[in-house]
Amino acid sequence: MSDNRRTFRNPADESLVTKILLVGLTLVFLAFFLFLPLVSVFVEAFREGWVTYEEALVEPDAWAAIQLTLTVAAIAVPLNVIFGVAAAWAIAKFEFKGKAFLITLIDLPFSISPVISGLVYVLLFGSASVLGPWLKTYGIEILFAVPGIVLATVFVTFPFVARELIPLMQDQGTGDEEAALSLGASGWQTFWYVTLPNVKWGLLYGVLLCNARAMGEFGAVSVVSGRIRGLTNTMPLHVEILYNEYNMVAAFAVASLLALLALVTLALKTLLELRFGAGAAGGRH
Amino acid sequence: MLNFTDGIGKRLMAAALGVTLAAGSIAPAFAASQLLNVSYDPTRELYKDFNAAFQKHWKAEGGDDVTIRQSHGGSGAQARSVIDGLDADVVTLALESDINAIQKTGKIKEDWRTRLPNNASPYTSTIVFLVRKGNPKGIKNWGDLVKGDVQIVTPNPKTSGGARWNYLAAWAWANEEFKGDQDKIKAYISDLYKRAPVLDTGARGSTVTFAQRQIGDVLLAWENEAYLAGEEFGKDAFDIVVPPISILAEPPVAVVDSVVDAKGTRKVAEAYLQYLYSDEGQNIAAKHFYRPSKREVVKPELLKQLPDIKLVTIDDPLFGGWKKAQPEHFGDGGIFDQIYKPGAK
Repeated sequence: MSDNRRTFRNPADESLVTKILLVGLTLVFLAFFLFLPLVSVFVEAFREGWVTYEEALVEPDAWAAIQLTLTVAAIAVPLNVIFGVAAAWAIAKFEFKGKAFLITLIDLPFSISPVISGLVYVLLFGSASVLGPWLKTYGIEILFAVPGIVLATVFVTFPFVARELIPLMQDQGTGDEEAALSLGASGWQTFWYVTLPNVKWGLLYGVLLCNARAMGEFGAVSVVSGRIRGLTNTMPLHVEILYNEYNMVAAFAVASLLALLALVTLALKTLLELRFGAGAAGGRH
Repeated sequence: MLNFTDGIGKRLMAAALGVTLAAGSIAPAFAASQLLNVSYDPTRELYKDFNAAFQKHWKAEGGDDVTIRQSHGGSGAQARSVIDGLDADVVTLALESDINAIQKTGKIKEDWRTRLPNNASPYTSTIVFLVRKGNPKGIKNWGDLVKGDVQIVTPNPKTSGGARWNYLAAWAWANEEFKGDQDKIKAYISDLYKRAPVLDTGARGSTVTFAQRQIGDVLLAWENEAYLAGEEFGKDAFDIVVPPISILAEPPVAVVDSVVDAKGTRKVAEAYLQYLYSDEGQNIAAKHFYRPSKREVVKPELLKQLPDIKLVTIDDPLFGGWKKAQPEHFGDGGIFDQIYKPGAK
């Protein structure tokens, strides 16, 4: 058999029927599972016109939810950028004991259910814990307040930046850094002028993913939020509440804004890719 | 390249600024006079109205501008959150046992049920039938639920407080109908649950199953949920059938002592719950289809929609209170487990 295949066939050289079938199948799949649901969110949101849509978003509780979600993302994402870059740097550029364990630890939030991620903080800071009541005597609220929501979000989105950077940094090896060091750069200079610029596209991609998840997280946040309207309700929680109140238009209005934020994130990424060439986003991995 | 790294620096600074701003804006919100009412799912609309009325009343009485925050969820889950440290000034839940669970942690004093009139239940509710417009299956009483090919929609009594009331209401009717014959009662309840194509986990879920997904012929529902569904999905879609006998559900309210003492909100929190018993509070409850505990102060046109029927209470010797009924009927291996086998025909 293999003798007959001495000349390699063009990999895309399938029969026309196969091509149409495969492309058609992909398009149908995309239309049904991605495009239609997304469109239906916007259709439902605008069913009663622009005025109702706007009213649903500036309603004080909805507006508070939007602000809270943006605040939480603004805290969680930078924190995870710092953690992620530091962790990836350590793992990719240095050899030390317990490295495999550290990698497993970073993956932990991916592998456990978000509900458990939330419950962990209930156990740590709840009334029955040691920490919670002690902090409370100093007036510090963690659980059922913004800090708890931030903590749960940081936990759930922890792997995104690190996971994006580790393969990229490992791929690049330590050659550039060694050159920089041998030319007399300090460790900090090496990191700032060599390592970081090398991974900036991977980093940006990690930040975008991290941000999308931080704004969209439901499970872990719902456990630690306490669902206080106008105070600890994030956008995803508010969508569920509105839906359960039979307030479909408002629910989908908030949902569409959430979807829009995700789309803007994607558009931003595509724009950067176009501007800086195909090799840019996603890095060199 | 350098621009990008500078960008990170700026972003970090912006984030740090964000943290400070957020912390700054949260602190005064907790310091101001503020009540948190932790409640269960179907009371959202009721408390939206009531809170506005109380704010006005409190101001008129010479009080400050009180803000009332609401938190809603399943009654059991909400009690759990309060136990875990959610700082509720008042709890307004579906079941006495949920408040008892909080009381056991010491956050609420033991005498909570006698501190307010009517077992601390300012309003009550009962279970009624929501049927398709024109009542095509002719459902008028509990016995009609097991006739012909009638399909019923009810949540799961294992997870839902409302579902337990449904079950007990059916039991109360069957007890009267079969004159206490245990085998006949169990056979009826068993037949009833065989007619449920799906058991949702909560009352709102069942309402959506029946009203929006158009499953089943009759929804066993809280009276207030049934009316609300009628209003939300159009009055020409459903009819409400009030059976001649049903159960009296007493959703209780209580001040969370440890929280109001720590926050210094006891006075306003107690006034808030007492106002539920005022003329205005009772009328608001009736407007939202809860049965007022003081019928005499409520406008007759509001009472007309809540017809007088025979209501059996959980403390009736038939059930012997929640402490007895809960394990006997809904505990592991209890009567519900014995008669209900999923998928059995």
